[in-house]
Amino acid sequence: MQELARSRSMLGFRQLLRNTPEGLYCPPGDFHIDPVRPVARAVVTHGHSDHARSGHGAVMATPETLAIMAARYGESFAGHTEAAGYGEKISRGDVGVTLVPAGHVLGSAQVVLRWKGITAVISGDYKRRSDPTCAPFEPVPCNLFVSEATFGLPVFHFPPTDDEVAKLLKSVALFPDRTHLVGAYALGKAQRLIALLRRAGYDKPLYMHGALAGMNVLYQAHGVALGPLLPATGEARNALPGEIVIAPPSAIADKWARRFADPIPAFASGWMMVRARARQRQVELPLVVSDHADWDELTLTVGELKPEEFWITHGNEEALLRWAQLNDVSATALEIAGYEDEEE
Amino acid sequence: MKAFSRLLDQLAFTPARNAKLTLLRDYLGSAPDPERGWALASLTGALTFEAAKPGFIRKAAEARMDPLLFSLSYDFVGDLAETVALVWPAKPGANREPELSEVVESLKLASRREVQQLLERWLDALDASGRWALLKLLTGGLRVGVSARLAKQALAGLGDVAVSDIEEVWHSQSPPYGDLFAWLEKHEPKPSANAPGRFRPVMLAQAIDEESDFARYEAKDYAAEWKWDGIRVQASHEAGQRRLYSRTGEDIATAFPDVIAALDFNGVIDGELLIFRDGHAAPFGDLQQRLNRKTADAGLLEKFPAGIRAYDLLMEGDEDLRPLPFAARRKRLEHFVGRLKNDRIDLSPLQPFHSWEELAQLRAHPPKGDPQVAEGLMLKRWDSIYEPGRPKGPWFKWKRDPHLIDAVLMYAQRGHGKRSGFYSDYTFGVWREDANGARALTPVGKAYFGFTDEELKRLDKFVRDNTVERFGPVRSVRADRDFGLVLEIAFEGLQRSTRHKSGVAMRFPRVNRIRWDKPAREADELPTLEKMLD
Repeated sequence: MQELARSRSMLGFRQLLRNTPEGLYCPPGDFHIDPVRPVARAVVTHGHSDHARSGHGAVMATPETLAIMAARYGESFAGHTEAAGYGEKISRGDVGVTLVPAGHVLGSAQVVLRWKGITAVISGDYKRRSDPTCAPFEPVPCNLFVSEATFGLPVFHFPPTDDEVAKLLKSVALFPDRTHLVGAYALGKAQRLIALLRRAGYDKPLYMHGALAGMNVLYQAHGVALGPLLPATGEARNALPGEIVIAPPSAIADKWARRFADPIPAFASGWMMVRARARQRQVELPLVVSDHADWDELTLTVGELKPEEFWITHGNEEALLRWAQLNDVSATALEIAGYEDEEE
Repeated sequence: MKAFSRLLDQLAFTPARNAKLTLLRDYLGSAPDPERGWALASLTGALTFEAAKPGFIRKAAEARMDPLLFSLSYDFVGDLAETVALVWPAKPGANREPELSEVVESLKLASRREVQQLLERWLDALDASGRWALLKLLTGGLRVGVSARLAKQALAGLGDVAVSDIEEVWHSQSPPYGDLFAWLEKHEPKPSANAPGRFRPVMLAQAIDEESDFARYEAKDYAAEWKWDGIRVQASHEAGQRRLYSRTGEDIATAFPDVIAALDFNGVIDGELLIFRDGHAAPFGDLQQRLNRKTADAGLLEKFPAGIRAYDLLMEGDEDLRPLPFAARRKRLEHFVGRLKNDRIDLSPLQPFHSWEELAQLRAHPPKGDPQVAEGLMLKRWDSIYEPGRPKGPWFKWKRDPHLIDAVLMYAQRGHGKRSGFYSDYTFGVWREDANGARALTPVGKAYFGFTDEELKRLDKFVRDNTVERFGPVRSVRADRDFGLVLEIAFEGLQRSTRHKSGVAMRFPRVNRIRWDKPAREADELPTLEKMLD
């Protein structure tokens, strides 16, 4: 009987959501979620460019995410946009759609679908730790939970974020003649790092790569306090000894970095948990600061939501599948291509 | 332990010498005794434990978590100690963190069984970075890029004395170096320096750059000898003490009692450890039977008799020959070995030559006898003093050209260490006729270096784009007559092997070139490879 009930609900899940070359698709509502190619109707979970692409017919997202997309792609990034605030109930065909906070970056949302007695939650990218720059993840009990698995391996137990910030500040004190050049993803990570440094009491100006300016202004306009920020460029050679410069990860190993005083390359990322990853990028000060759920957060979240079915969109799905098997959770890996989290 | 593990973390990521010195000085000047002394000993290799074997550590981790989850983690991380450090489940309410000195002192007294219990208790109490430091310490290799020389410089900086002052007394001191720190902090006078039988840091050769070095240097300034295919050793007999060191200063005497018995001299020889048969050098495979063992039984000693082919003399009696030029040391060595009349110690002969062209000919066509099994040639400047490290100019190695074949990429595995996250270990095959007379690929070897970081990115992309099947960390890639990636593989030698399906085993294979242009069907055939058998 139980088996039968299970296969019946599986059937329902697959009618509500299925994997297509464009990404996750909801047939009864006729929209895609975070499509990787242009589609007629898209629901977008957050503003990172691999999830939020331009060129869709219509885009539904939180007002913050729409603002981020407009800042990145220009106002005409989609034919039509619809802002959905957190918790707002919206209908698409006979599907109820609600966006709830995912705790990933400013405006990030989980997509909650309600249809024929089924509640499905598509987490998007998410984390459970506190982040002064965005609303915290809101757990929604559901029948089907569709999760990311960027850090879906038991090696990822992220240390307390404050310890990592303290590590950066200690190094700044030990090497007062050198510039600390911190790679951080331009949307979300950079602003979170700034906010964390402020919380740790660092009140000197922080120096910014030009690519971060737009998002910093956008965050500030949404009420996130970042303190004094100055442009890092335009300074003379051997500039900014003893200062902290924040730049996109690709810039820290670039020619651009040569202008600074004997810079110490740092990188704020969950990947910095693994030494080889830090070495690959020639990072000298790895800082484990991630906007994704680590292994504990991923598994605790599934344990907390108790879904009948657990789908994994992208990332390191093998270990999570094994965990699900050991914990008697029915799980499937969708292996959706096109999401890149290397710079996370 | 926290300060020590943070130091190790930072040292491991810091390539610049001066920054490492800053970190070391900061630690050595602030950590208490005996903590800093044990830290110094473990950093310089003076303190090694083999208290825990990798197998045990792995089992301990698997006892606490699912073995498959462990193996997926190991596969991703690539380093056993690091994997265990990262996955070890947190234990709320564990004991307080142990200090380094507590770890060292407990290990000295503990039985094997107790070591295992202690280890698990410590792992429970430490954080990930502390666990990593502990595991590296217990498996005998910190590898954070701190040479003994660098540590000595940090000490010199700490005490505001010359590095040579530190070096002079170093070998008479032992961990946790209480006297040394007391002297450096001006509480005590300078300690004494006398320690016979100590290891002398060895001089190493640079690989020659054929493009530029032959134009830069003159043939008449260099002596040439064959590069023997054994392992570098330093054999000493001083004040009644006989020692046999590997080139990193590891004492390997217990595994080579036959060589130790032959050290009937008073001095220090630098040479190649080889298996001798009737005065001739046996292939490296024979020596391998005797390496990485704690001891050797009578059967092994008889079947694989070891000896030294001497190429330098560092001490003769009490006289330090290292400040003399190579030409003078060589004369002294020839007389020294001649007087020994010992069939386990012979002289590495010089190979006369007049021009680089002539030497190139010799390298391409080595004369009959032992030179045929040599790895290539060594060049040593006649006027070079014996200088520890790898100075550029005085000594060069010039290896023989490798064999080359074109093979097809068949499988790829995610790399370990620096390459984790990239498909960087490549299994390649050549064509052979199968039982039905059809042409099929048969794997003949595995290569994981020889390409640049840029090429690695392209190879990794090729693997991901052309995956046929996935087996855990391994992917099979499309490889057939009409499609496949040809790799030009270089290798040093080929031997028959029953362990490999193809029946051959390569020595030291690596990717020489990536033939993006070459059709897979034009790769080499197994019979071509079989003609290259040693």
